[in-house]
Parts: sequence; C-alpha cells; structure tokens
Amino acid sequence: MSLTLWNSRFSVTLLRQHSTIFTSAAPITSTHSSYYTFKSNTQQQNRNLTIMKTTNQLAGGADKGGNRSSNSARNARNVSQGRTSLESSASDTGVPPFNHPHCDRQAQYQQPVRKVKPLRGNYDYDLVVIGGGSGGLACAKEAVAHGARVACLDFVKPTPTGTKWGVGGTCVNVGCIPKKLMHQASLLGESVHEAAAYGWNVEDKIKPDWSKLVTSVQNHIKSVNWVTRVDMRDKKVEYINGLGSFVDSHTLSAKLKSGDRTITSQTFVIAVGGRPRYPNIPGAVEYGITSDDIFSLDREPGKTLVVGAGYIGLECAGFLKGLGYEPTVMVRSIVLRGFDQQMAGLVAASMEERGIPFLRKTVPLSVEKQADGRLLVKYENTETGEVDSDVFDTVLWAIGRKGLVDDLNLQNAGVLSQKDKIPVDSEETTNVPHIYAVGDIIYGKPELTPVAVLAGRLLARRLYADSTLRMDYADVATTVFTPLEYACVGLSEEDAVKTYGAEEIEVFHGYYKPTEFFIPQKSVRYCYVKAVAQRTGDQLVYGLHYLGPVAGEVIQGFAAALKSGLTIPTLMNTVGIHPTTAEEFTRLSITKRSGLDPTPASCCS
Amino acid sequence: MLLSKLCRKSSGAASCKLLVRSTSGVSKPKYDYDLVVLGGGSGGLACAKEAVECGARVLCFDYVKPTPVGTTWGIGGTCVNVGCIPKKLMHQACLLGEAVHEAVAYGWNVNAQNIKPDWRKLIKSVQNHIKSVNWVTRVDLRDKKVEYVNSMGRFVDAHTIDYRTKQGERRQLTAEHVVVAVGGRPRYPDIPGATEFGITSDDIFSYEREPGRTLVVGAGYVGLECACFLKGLGYEPTVMVRSIVLRGFDRQMAELLAAMMTERGIRFLDTTIPTAVERQRNGTLLVRHHNTTTQADGGDVFDTVLWAIGRKGLIDDLNLAAAGVATQNDKVVVDHTEATSVPHIYAVGDIVHGRPELTPVAILSGRLLARRLFAGSQQLMDYTDVATTVFTPLEYACVGMSEELAIESRGAENIEVFHGYYKPTEFFIPQKSVRHCYLKAVAEVDGDQKILGLHYMGPVAGEVIQGFAAALKSGLTVKTLLNTVGIHPTTAEEFTRLSITKRSGRDPTPASCCS
Repeated sequence: MSLTLWNSRFSVTLLRQHSTIFTSAAPITSTHSSYYTFKSNTQQQNRNLTIMKTTNQLAGGADKGGNRSSNSARNARNVSQGRTSLESSASDTGVPPFNHPHCDRQAQYQQPVRKVKPLRGNYDYDLVVIGGGSGGLACAKEAVAHGARVACLDFVKPTPTGTKWGVGGTCVNVGCIPKKLMHQASLLGESVHEAAAYGWNVEDKIKPDWSKLVTSVQNHIKSVNWVTRVDMRDKKVEYINGLGSFVDSHTLSAKLKSGDRTITSQTFVIAVGGRPRYPNIPGAVEYGITSDDIFSLDREPGKTLVVGAGYIGLECAGFLKGLGYEPTVMVRSIVLRGFDQQMAGLVAASMEERGIPFLRKTVPLSVEKQADGRLLVKYENTETGEVDSDVFDTVLWAIGRKGLVDDLNLQNAGVLSQKDKIPVDSEETTNVPHIYAVGDIIYGKPELTPVAVLAGRLLARRLYADSTLRMDYADVATTVFTPLEYACVGLSEEDAVKTYGAEEIEVFHGYYKPTEFFIPQKSVRYCYVKAVAQRTGDQLVYGLHYLGPVAGEVIQGFAAALKSGLTIPTLMNTVGIHPTTAEEFTRLSITKRSGLDPTPASCCS
Repeated sequence: MLLSKLCRKSSGAASCKLLVRSTSGVSKPKYDYDLVVLGGGSGGLACAKEAVECGARVLCFDYVKPTPVGTTWGIGGTCVNVGCIPKKLMHQACLLGEAVHEAVAYGWNVNAQNIKPDWRKLIKSVQNHIKSVNWVTRVDLRDKKVEYVNSMGRFVDAHTIDYRTKQGERRQLTAEHVVVAVGGRPRYPDIPGATEFGITSDDIFSYEREPGRTLVVGAGYVGLECACFLKGLGYEPTVMVRSIVLRGFDRQMAELLAAMMTERGIRFLDTTIPTAVERQRNGTLLVRHHNTTTQADGGDVFDTVLWAIGRKGLIDDLNLAAAGVATQNDKVVVDHTEATSVPHIYAVGDIVHGRPELTPVAILSGRLLARRLFAGSQQLMDYTDVATTVFTPLEYACVGMSEELAIESRGAENIEVFHGYYKPTEFFIPQKSVRHCYLKAVAEVDGDQKILGLHYMGPVAGEVIQGFAAALKSGLTVKTLLNTVGIHPTTAEEFTRLSITKRSGRDPTPASCCS
C-alpha cells in the first residue's frame, strides 16, 4: 500500500481507521446486543428517531474497542437525553457516525421506526449482497447503517490474460477511476504543449512513461481498494471474498479459497455487474485485451486497434492517442449508440481531427500473432464486402459488456433473467420477492456508477428504514471522457422527436469558442451545445448536450436544473458566469428550425 | 472574474467611419437618434446591438482615458481589455504551469524543475488576443449598423450630447433615449506616490516588464486574482488587507480562500494600510505601511505596487447635472427598469448603483432594456441569484445567498447548511493539496428545503456552478439535489453527495474517496 500517495489529511484518516482494523475483532456481538436493546425499546413504543440513532452510535462506539464500556454508558445516558446530547456525543467520541450521503431531511430526522420484520429469523444474515462494486457496497453499507446484518460477497475472475483486481467493482478498478486518470494524463500532455504557447519554457517534444503511469494509476486503485476494505470493516459489513451461486432462494454457496461455504439469508441483492465481451472470432481471446486489462497493461500498447465505438472504445482510443500511441477505431455500425447521434457524429469528427482513424462499417474476422509478435487483424467492410488487414501491437475489444449471470445459478433461486441481465421492477425486485438486483446487472437501465450507488442505497433504505423513495432513473446525466468531452442529460434529439413529435420540439444550438483555446490555437470546430425543449407552453427543457472542456463538471448542475423543471425562459434569464464555457447554455438563441447559422460571429459580449 | 465594462475608450487604431444608418419607420424624426449609448463596454454594446435589431437608430460613444502610466486600449470595455478576458488568460497560464508539474507525476518526461514563464511572450499573446477581439467587436458593430464614435460624449441637456471629433471640433447630437454605460475604473489611494509609482489592473495585463516582487493592495476579488496569477507565474506577491478578504462574499468561503492562498505561499499583511510609496535609487519601490491593529509602522520594498482597492464609476465627465440625472457617490441611481431620475435616460452595467458589477449582468440588462424600449417587451432584468466566480488557483464560485445573508434574512433557526470536503480524483497522483476543496449548500430548514445558496471551492468552479445557477432559478431543493444522480468521477457530483449538516456537528471530511 502506497501511503505516500495520500496527502497528510488523508493519511491521518487512514491511520485512524487502520487502528480500528486491529481492534475490531469482536464487535459483532456487541452490535447484536445493541440491536436487541433497540428492539425491546421499540416494543415499548419508544418509537422515535433518537433510539434509531442511538443504535447506530452504539454500533459505531463499540467498534472502538478500548472505549467500549464508556461508550455504552454514554449511550445509555443519551437514550434518555434525546437527540441533542446524542449528537454531541458523536462528536466528542470522534466516532464517525454512519454516512448517509443521499439522505434528505426526512431520512435524517424523521426516520420512522424500522419495520419490525422477522429479521435474522433462521438465516445467517438479514441481507447478503452478491458483488462488491459500487452498487453492492452502497447497498450493504446503508443496510448496516439501518441495523441489518449484512455480508457482501466479491470475487473477480481473472481475464484471459490473467488480470485481476481487488474489491470495489468495475468503477474503481477497471472503469471510471483509471479511465479518468488516463484521460487526465492525456489532457496534461496537451497542457504541456499549451503551456509553451502561454510562454512557459518547456520543451514540447515530450513522451509519456507508460509503466510509470500504470504504476501510479494502480497504486491509486490499490489505495482505494484498501480504503474500501477499511470502510467495510468500520461499517460492519462482513466481506466474503468468494464467488456466490444460489442453492435455493435463501441459500447461497460461496466458493472461497478455503473451500465452499453455505450462507443463508433472508434477502439477497444481486449486484454482480458485467464484464467486457469478446467477439467470437479466431484469436480474439488469445490475443486481444479489453478495458479490464488496459489499465494495468505491463507493456506500452503501441499501435492499437480499438474494436467498438461505444463510450468505452472512444475513451480508450482518446487517451491512447493523447499518450502518443496510434489507435484506430473499428466501428461496426454507429458511434455511441444510444446517445444523441448529432453529438456522436461530432465526437467522432473531433477524434478524427486529432488523427484517430475510424474504420467504419467494419467487423473483425480474425486475429493472428505474427512471428514478430505483432497482431495481424483481418477485417471486412460489411457494406462493400471488402476484406482487408492491418498489423497492430494491441487489439482492444470494446464491443459491449455482458451481465455476469452465468455463475449465479439463478434457476436454483427461481430468478428469471433476460439475455445476460436480470429484469427488475421499479423497486429493484426480481421476480422473486426477496431477491433484488442493482447496478449493471439490471436489464435496461443505465450502466453507471452513481446510478448503482443511489439505487443500492435507496433499496437498503426501503428494506430497513421504512423509506418509500424509489430510484428515479430518468434524466441521468452522463459524460464521455473523450479528448473533447461530451456530456448530456435528458433526451437526445431523436428521442425527443420520437416521444413528442418533430413539430412539438424546439432545438436551440450553437458553436462556441472557449476563451482559453485562442492562445494555443486549439481547434474550436467541435465546441457545440444544444438544448432540446418543448416548443410551446412553458418550453420545458427535455435534454441538454455539451461538447467541450470539462463537460461533466458543466452538465452536473444542469442535471439538477432539469430535475427542478428547467425551462427555456429560465435558462435564458440565468445570468452567465464570464468567461466560462458553461455560460454558453445561457446564450443559446438560435433554433435549428430558424435555419440561422449557429456559428458565433464574435467571441465576447 | 469579471469586471465589467468600461466607459469611453479610444481605439488607437483606424478611425471609424460613420455608417449608413438604418432608417426607422419615422418619416421625420424629432431626434438625430432613437438611442445614444455612452460607453462601448459589454452592457453598452449589447444594448446598442439589440436596439438596432429592433429597428432603432443607434449611436455608441466609446473613449478610454489613459491610465497614469499611459495604458490605453480599444473598444469593448473593461471585460475584454482589462478585465475578465486577460485575467482568465493569465489564470490559465498559471494553471498550465501547474499542469506541467502534474504531467511529470503522470509520467510525462517533461523537465519541470526549472520552468519559467516568459512574461513578455505571455503579455504579447494576451494582448494579441484582446486586439483580435477589439477588431471583431468593431466589425460586428459595422455589420449590425451601430454607429460608433470614438469620443467622450457628455450631456448638454437631457436630450443633447456634446462630443469632440478626432479632428478636434465640437459637435452635438440629439437622442430620444440615452443609455449611460460608462462603467468604472480602479481607484488610487490618496497617499504620496500612489499614482506616480503604482499601477492597477488597467495596466498589469499589458505591463512591459516583469512585475517581480509585487505588493497587491486590496483583497477583493480583483486583488486576489492578480496576486494568485502572479504567484502562479513565479513572482512574489504580497496582499495587503485593510479589513477583510472578499467583502460581500460568504465569510467562511472567503477565509478558506485566503487559507488556500497562504498555503501556496502568498503572504498577507492583515489590517494594514499603505501610507506612502517612494521610488528608491535602484528603481525599487519602498512602501510604508501602518498596521491598524498593532499601530506598528513598517516598510517593505517591492518591484511593483498594484492598487486593487476598489473601482469608481465614471460619472465625472458626463455632466450629468445638465441632464438632471441623480447620482449617488460615483454611481447612477436607477429603478427596476434601469431608468434614472430622468425617465428617458437609463443606465446599465458597472455605473449603476448597488448592482453586481459583472459582464453578463450588464449584457443581459442592456439587451432586455433595448427590447423594452424598441420591441414592446415587458421583461425586466432579474438581479437575484447571479452566479459568480473568483479565478484563484483553486477557484471559488457561488450562487445565491451567503450563509450570513441567509441567517440575516431567515434567521439561523430557519436555515440548514449542508457541507463537505472532497477529494478530486485527479489530485491524488500529483499529490495536490485537497485541504481546501470544500462545498456547501445553504437551504431552508423546512419542507423540501429550498436552496438559498451554493458555494464551491475547487477546480473549474465557474463551470461547475453555472448549471446550478439555472437550477436555483428553477427552484432547486435539497430533496431534488440529493436525488440528482451524480456524474462520476467529477467534482461537481459532490453537490449531489452532500449529507452532513453543520447543525449535526459531524465531521465533514470524507472517509472514502469513491462510491
């Protein structure tokens, strides 16, 4: 574990938690005893939040080992003194109270007493979460915070080339986090060139050190893995490093290093996520890699064929180009399926402008290893039927991801799947009422970390905290971290047309020129924003699309605005922040319908 | 951040020919023009162009008086010439310097040990950009048929403006409506040596020599931004603070900002006022100062002294008395329709008393005014919840109320403050300090908890806050905010993860970094 990665503040946190690890050998029993106390109080109609909180405090306090008895005494006192003193006790013991990240006031202060369910019953656990990724962990931690006894299974099968990783799931290990860091590395390479234009005396013949970058990225990931483990221990989620499969609808068999273990639980949450697909062609598995491998690849990728033009393929091609390698993107049909196609076209064009070739309407036929170790890829243009080939150092499959239903033995539990995913209802329930699913394994929902986190957390609150709040999957914002980033929230233009009819929507759009782009003469050709809105009435905004720098940072606030009922008049009366690129949304005035040129005449004012 | 617009400015270059004016429907107009705009800055130009689009006959005066050291600039006002634009570019230069160091941590083989900026090259790049904007602005005025006169207009009476042509003759013209949009300029303190030896933000962006060791007097956003980009470019700024940092902003955020600057090695002289500036034999400047707390007198030597003690409205040359326009201090008083005490004379932008001095505010109010005057619009400018950003190395942006204002207007019992520190993902590898990455939401305590103000300190703050400004205008509540799905990994998503209230007394430091 590389502690040096952390700044001093974080190190202190880690050390504090570290000490917890070594002193938390026996807290389970004391948690249970506090749980029983809670229950009996409940039965005495002492139904208020204070008790609820006390239970949590007590669980946390017990965790501190040495302070256990004094904490118990304090908690006993707090029960009678009510909330105020309780909260002060939280701060003066230094116990980090449970995090409740998405709670609203209601959840915080008016939490009703938990349903008196036959928790524990005859089962080992109240809840077993299968899969320790973003959604599973969020659900598990939240469930514990509300008094449930929770175990979380996590197991990573190695990729064909042998890559594997720690707890935390796709996002932390082989997804958002390493991808964003690689993207950042590639942006910083650009920054060095820009710095020269701004007058810094840097030589701009620079090269990246792939192995140093990968080491830095992996060190960061390992530190996150570690913090995740510590966090689980602190929060009393039992972590089981094993592959789970159902025996029956309340029983799971976990394959551990030490042998099989049978686990029973009242409730299950399936959060096993997905993994990249490989095409069914000769050489695919033997010679190709995926996004599961690229972030820890122990050699420079060199000339790389990226097969697939979803966001993963484009992001990989984008950072590889930024790091000086030569990626080529092979596109079977369209770029960024599911996204607004005008924006997708602009994203692809901006990448082509940066020198990333796109092989369109092309599918791979085979991968062969040549005598010199390089890979010969044969491919076919599906329109012309023309077969061609090229030689690459690396072939990266980014043709989609499959849900990991296969090892679960779902039929033993009676859970239905659809293709490789699991359909759920609006409460994340599968066809079996006590088995739920969250995250990428769900059929037909956005495969995004924050969606999984929020869905998992809300599910836990519905299960164990009497919440009724359901996950709202509408208007989820997302970003593609290509060199010029793309972010959007709400409907694509196509979907708006399909939903409301072309006559009923108005599209405002415009190209813009980021102030900072002028001095280094960066291309502004693809800096573009558009708003898709209701044509009449309130002119409700249905969707916002932005191509340009720091797109995710720009769109997040607008996502909150969309959820708040943003309209075109409100957008136009929002005063801009000058000079930013986000302010371009407030300056939108040209409709597509008008046919006016959306290219700006002037740059300012 | 934004200053705003300016007043008259001279473009030193080619003289501008009067253009064929667009004719309005009136057969024999009573006045030479439907609208005369005094001041070709952001607000004035926006108003003039919009008025022409609505069919009015418009003339715009712009003239820039040189600064004491002789700096002058072209059309476009403060923002373009000596405000937001050059400031943002300098800020960007400084962020790029940081980026070079970060690039090393990410594995780039760049020699970051001894990198230095080339001040002259930077200034030249910045000024070239500004000149291109000036030019585009001129072309735009021509295209849009706004007559432009590079001269200072002054009132003769409420409908008549007097000015001097390039050839030196005095002329007069009449206008049905007049918009005063002359903006403001930096103040100088009334101490010996202030104007002789000091410069201001009007000079720094075209300063010919390296600023070197610089005393920045004043801790408003202009002063802090200047100090920060000077530090980022490797000079040694010291900030002299008379009373408090960032007056008018949220106090906690202001203090955090000052702490962040201190962490980066910027020295603050607190509760100190300058008493004199003297030039020494070697050319350096000796600044004598007085600490108003300790009553100690001191002196320090600097290469450059930059006054950032505030800005004054440019009413002096307008002869407002002749038109009967009421003023307050150095600003013009207007009502909610931007009308001054004289009904057909209006004012927009920094010259207006008691409004935010920001380019986009000036632009929008100028544009809406023109539409009300010439297109029958009824829509008024809404000055509430205007977002703004301070472009310091860690940027600070906010929209809506400060915590103090919320307490003052609603009572401490009736507000809830959610807050949290956070750790940007990209900061780990280069081990950048996350100590001051912080955000807070000030909200009502009851119901759905309507949000009154949002505050964010961290990277790309303006980009982060803009959308939330639109959300605030749409009635954002805490309930909605917490049910907005984040975009991972961004820093803006931290707003959707806020959970700890100040009232709870809980530690707002995050335990984990992800999920």
